Amino acid sequence: MSQSADVVVVGAGALGAACAYFAARQGMRVHVLERAQIASGTTSAGEGNLLVSDKEAGPELDLALYSRDVFRDDLAEYGRLWEFDGKGGLVVSATESGADALAELTVRQRASGIEVTNLEGTQLRDYEPHISPALRAGAFYPQDAQVQPMLLAGHLLRLARDLGAVVQTNTAVIGIIRNGDRVTGIQTSAGAISAGAVVNAAGAWAGVVAELAGVQLPILPRRGFVLVTEPLPLTIHHKVYAAEYVTNVLSSDEGLQTSPVVEGTGSGTVLIGSSRERVGFNRTISVPILAQLAAKAIALFPILASVKVMRSYLGFRPYCPDHLPVIGHDPRAPGLWHASGHEGAGIGLSVGTAKLLIQALSGQPTDLDLSAFRPERFDHP
Amino acid sequence: MNSDATFTFDGQRIQLRPGQSIGAALVSAGIRSWRTTRKDGRPRGMFCGIGICYDCLITVDNAPNQRACLTPARPGMQVRSGLGPELVEARSPTGSVRRPSAGSGRNWGLDGAAPVDLAVVGAGPAGLAAAATAAEAGLSVVVIDSNSQPGGQYWRHRDETSTDMPPTGQHGVKTYTGLRQRFEAARNSGRLQYLPNTQIWFIETASADAVDNSGASAASDHPFVLRTTGFSDVGPQPPEPGRVRAAAMILCPGGYDRQLPIPGWDLPGVMAAGGVQAMLKGYETLSGTRAVVAGTGPFLLPVAAGLAAAGAEVVGICEAGAVTSWLPQLRGALQVPSKGIEAAAYAGRLAQHRIPFWSRSAVTAINGGGINGADHVRSVTIAKIDNEGRAKPGSSREISVDLVALGWGFTPSLELVTAVGGDTRVDVDGSLIAVVDDRQRTTVRGVYAAGEVTGVGGASLAVLEGELAALTVAHDSGLRDDANRSRRLQRAIARARAFAAAMHRAHPIPSSWDEWLTPSTVVCRCEEVSYGEIRQACDQLGAEDARTVKLMSRPGMGWCQGRVCGFATAKIAAPASEALAADALRSIAKRPLCSPVALRELAELADLDRSEPENVADQG
Repeated sequence: MSQSADVVVVGAGALGAACAYFAARQGMRVHVLERAQIASGTTSAGEGNLLVSDKEAGPELDLALYSRDVFRDDLAEYGRLWEFDGKGGLVVSATESGADALAELTVRQRASGIEVTNLEGTQLRDYEPHISPALRAGAFYPQDAQVQPMLLAGHLLRLARDLGAVVQTNTAVIGIIRNGDRVTGIQTSAGAISAGAVVNAAGAWAGVVAELAGVQLPILPRRGFVLVTEPLPLTIHHKVYAAEYVTNVLSSDEGLQTSPVVEGTGSGTVLIGSSRERVGFNRTISVPILAQLAAKAIALFPILASVKVMRSYLGFRPYCPDHLPVIGHDPRAPGLWHASGHEGAGIGLSVGTAKLLIQALSGQPTDLDLSAFRPERFDHP
Repeated sequence: MNSDATFTFDGQRIQLRPGQSIGAALVSAGIRSWRTTRKDGRPRGMFCGIGICYDCLITVDNAPNQRACLTPARPGMQVRSGLGPELVEARSPTGSVRRPSAGSGRNWGLDGAAPVDLAVVGAGPAGLAAAATAAEAGLSVVVIDSNSQPGGQYWRHRDETSTDMPPTGQHGVKTYTGLRQRFEAARNSGRLQYLPNTQIWFIETASADAVDNSGASAASDHPFVLRTTGFSDVGPQPPEPGRVRAAAMILCPGGYDRQLPIPGWDLPGVMAAGGVQAMLKGYETLSGTRAVVAGTGPFLLPVAAGLAAAGAEVVGICEAGAVTSWLPQLRGALQVPSKGIEAAAYAGRLAQHRIPFWSRSAVTAINGGGINGADHVRSVTIAKIDNEGRAKPGSSREISVDLVALGWGFTPSLELVTAVGGDTRVDVDGSLIAVVDDRQRTTVRGVYAAGEVTGVGGASLAVLEGELAALTVAHDSGLRDDANRSRRLQRAIARARAFAAAMHRAHPIPSSWDEWLTPSTVVCRCEEVSYGEIRQACDQLGAEDARTVKLMSRPGMGWCQGRVCGFATAKIAAPASEALAADALRSIAKRPLCSPVALRELAELADLDRSEPENVADQG
């Protein structure tokens, strides 16, 4: 059985779902292909961050602000479906030097349009009553927000289906069909699908999909663990993290880095991150890493010491060496488009990325310049 | 402890009998619920009765979220229904987690870092048999158990420090007494260390070629590190330092009642059949005065008989299976004639107490009511059901009760097996179980399993498997092998397995049970996820399996981590015609942390473990 579509989207995570939705909204015939279940990869293993606070001035920050607008304007009516929560972020530092670095970062961020309030150590308790009194300084970012990523992907795919999109699960891409240079469809474990465009939204596995078309994408998995506590009336109002987190996010070190990220959730649990390490798709749990996360979370919120951890989970961020995603047309394989490699920011950047990609794919001018994200940028360093 | 000792519950004085748990004392005082849920404010009290479901959470001396079911009550305790942030603050950062030495003050001589030949997890029928046999064979053994005294669920009995009564009114007391004597003899010989009140939260497995800093192969000789924590923050604590290193493990974690959600099943007064039994066996506490026992399986009979003997009025037993379904299974049943005698004895006791037995019947709804609205079970709706479990039109009737005991067979505790990467499969009864060979070896080298975890089959089978597992460990460790004894055990196990399979076939889960549900029926008791919400994830959001349903609508995300609702969630999420796939059950059986652990305990390992980078376990 041969099928056809205007656009085939590979991957039904948050990125694939958002691409499917915006393409379907343009009136395109969309076919989403997922080798496992919807949102079963990295989307199921994150916290759903929409952060501006952890980004230096530059193209990723511009994309974050743009994506935030897409959430709040284009998708405003659906926000409650995926539990959009404009909770705000609080970045804190325990050291004088960290406080200075944070203050300098906020100056650059403010110049790029980020709203941020600098705080003395004594002011932090106004934001988080249980925070450690030992902290020196902080900054509050009211634009930081959160969504429930599974519901984001699930509802975007539902909306896309309502517009005629087909979502096919348990089906893997096994080849990319080319006619001369041009990508004309994909071969799946259940037959071929011809398509005018193929969107690679395979996240941490996007490099593997690109390879099927004979092109290289240096996307690698960067593993992270999260601890989930017992549900408590204890309230942590914002996403709270240490200033060192920004350094760790931007590091290209393969080795383990941990920095505390603590936040409360609507279900009463507290989520505790974060760790970063490049160990391939290794699903082995490391007690020393969980122990570090626990110790650092207690340092931020001493009240957590006797709180119980109920479970932990791990996931793989799609990491690019320059910490920028890969978005746009791949001139090395005409007809192949990428929307992957967002590392730990994929949920927040998903809808902005998708809207821009579909603008480009349908020949419209894009709201943001995508050249910093071009897929072939790694070929000529 | 004198007989008129009291503790306070929200300021009210509660009498406690020696050895009672907090929950048992509250139930004895007529208090059936003591907290409300986060989302909908639904009342919660005792449900599973054995520490699995976390419904009975209560605040004790400023320590929130303690399990009332098994936490011992002590005179002068201040127990509270509420749970406020101020309480969390009160126990932190130096709050009430205490670490006195183990229960009776005896010195177990345990140095947590000193490796042992064998760790036996669980001190029920399988664990006791395994531990005693292994110690007798010359192995050094540590027994880790979450209960305060040996016996497990089957031989649960009164607190030994306040009464010297052995388990009474139970099948196999002689077996228990014999095993217990061997167990105590092994303890006295110094070869067996017993860690009660202890839960395992993680098992690390060193890679086979790992060597420690001294260059010796200590890690590979003793590859398993079991991380432990106390069952309760306010009860007796396990000894420091919360870990056991072992060369081999026999996992005997037992099981618990399998549940099917029914409208109203989260009302106080509805309990797992095993929980009702545990309250009787452990605390001589009646959970109600007018009871119905419902579900399927032979276990319903002793629960009904136990209730009646303790003075409750048992209005009837609802057995979803057909009594005639026994006949084709007789061949399997006859292989173990003593089981027939057991059933006949229960039939006699049911007749003596005039307890009606309704086959092909089910409690299809539980109805509440009370002073503050629907705060307690008042009645059940009982219907005749067809082969698939559909209620026959016109057959429904309402019977008033104040206690409903529910059980749909048992399901094994599997998290330790999956934690070490052992293979699992679906058993005849639809439960996920550990794969073992004919000598109780799991698919992971050095890990053995015995009892319900290898397939639900009852206490006498568990004892046989525990004994065989211990002999196999001895054999695999190069000790003298009693081949005849092992072969004899293998034959007895095969007979008992055939009987268990016959019983499972006679008591299937009604395939259309979910037709009893309404959109508002709670499926996940912890996170208060309704049947309608699960259906929405499946029908509208594209969830096609249990894992996706769980991640979208949260069943199995709460305190019990899906132990209670996991089977039902997997059933609901599975496409209607498809048999429940092992993968569906596996995806919800994974619990990377095997039990809750305080962040402080975890954080302490950040320094402790720096020298042991080899300690990792595959979590799949």
